[in-house]
Amino acid sequence: MNQWIDACATDEIDEEDLIRFDHGGRTYAIYHSPEGKFYCTDGLCSHEQVHLADGLVMGHLIECPKHNGQFDYRTGEAKRAPVCVNLRTYPVKVEGGRILIEVA
Amino acid sequence: MARRDYSLLGPDAKRAVETGLAAAEWYHTEVPRKDMKALMQRSDGPAIRDTILWLGGMVLFAGIGIALWPSWWSAPFWLAYGVLYGSASDSRWHECSHGTAFKTPWMNDWVYNIASFMILRNPVTWRWSHARHHTDTYIVGRDPEIAIMRPPVFAKLVLNFFGILDAWNGWGRMLLNASGRLDPEEATFVPDSEKPKVVSVARIWVVIYAATIGLALWMGSILPLMVIGLPRLYGAWHHVMTGLLQHGGLADNVIDHRLNSRTVFMNPISRFIYWNMNYHVEHHMFPMVPYHALPKLHAMIKHDLPAPNRSIAEGFAEMWPALKRQLRYEDYFLKRELPPTARPYREDFHRSALGEAGATAAE
Repeated sequence: MNQWIDACATDEIDEEDLIRFDHGGRTYAIYHSPEGKFYCTDGLCSHEQVHLADGLVMGHLIECPKHNGQFDYRTGEAKRAPVCVNLRTYPVKVEGGRILIEVA
Repeated sequence: MARRDYSLLGPDAKRAVETGLAAAEWYHTEVPRKDMKALMQRSDGPAIRDTILWLGGMVLFAGIGIALWPSWWSAPFWLAYGVLYGSASDSRWHECSHGTAFKTPWMNDWVYNIASFMILRNPVTWRWSHARHHTDTYIVGRDPEIAIMRPPVFAKLVLNFFGILDAWNGWGRMLLNASGRLDPEEATFVPDSEKPKVVSVARIWVVIYAATIGLALWMGSILPLMVIGLPRLYGAWHHVMTGLLQHGGLADNVIDHRLNSRTVFMNPISRFIYWNMNYHVEHHMFPMVPYHALPKLHAMIKHDLPAPNRSIAEGFAEMWPALKRQLRYEDYFLKRELPPTARPYREDFHRSALGEAGATAAE
């Protein structure tokens, strides 16, 4: 059953940046886009299980710190080799300055 | 340790997976997120400037070489052209494969494809090969880009200063790929979805080489081949010289780049040709930092790294005796001292990977 989890405060993530969030044995990445919206994906690169939180956000792309593969974090779509498999994304909402993500 | 088997399909490859050496989590020096973000920022300016100098230099030197041909006075200009074609292309291929040279993606891709042609590395295959090199740097049986295998074959190293084996292999792979096939080892790291692209690129290259050879036959002169193809041989020496220093004589089967990679201070001309890859420990630890920011990264983390070699000559003076010793004792490697400010090597990690040799090699 899906549930909303309180992940962090909105001001914990700089604009055009991301943080790592661990919950229930899984790792997530939560993003703050340049236009002020928040997004959430799986936290590990689909190529070789590297933490995306150490990567670089450029506009709507997250670049993996190990092999420079890129994803569009809004959709999870793989955009640059060596990543070929899309990232899973998760619904996000903001309530009272807190970021909540919906996970299984 | 038993004799190493560098095949990506052999027993060492299997062992690396079983022992967790493959796709392991590597040591990183701590860098505050804010500083790392600043270092990782992309910029087009430095790479546009360097690309104009690179390609402009090639046009200039080849132009003078052609004008003076067949006089021996053309030789210095061909040598300069050759280094830009057969060596600077190596670093351009490398940096653009990471996508960090330029901020604008199409610029990275454009330079990447040109440089791949010059250095004779299929741009599709080698993107995947290099990804593996970063995942499993100098892990025997996993890394397809190990330049000096143990025991070292010195004749091979010397021949490669003139590009002979690498280029021969590159042309052979090009023909194989153009026929619609991949080498079985390539097939271990190139995904199926990318294989048609490997073949397409190889076929385009075959057409270019065929046209160049046809022109040379029609002219009754090797001049067209002096411009396309041969500079991969007569200009290779610089990238081999700098490339051997990257990991030569250091540890294999470890998961700390301070143990298997070497930073060497170099003169400005070599740094231009090599695009700052002399900061090699730094590059492997943080591959997202563009070449032009590596000196800053070095300044930030040098407290945690072995002291760099102060020149190319000093790097060779350190490496060459170690390679000679590996002829007799394959497990020997240089273990360089860390400064007192550094976090120590994890001996427990590396002893399990290297056996007792890991603890005693440098003594």
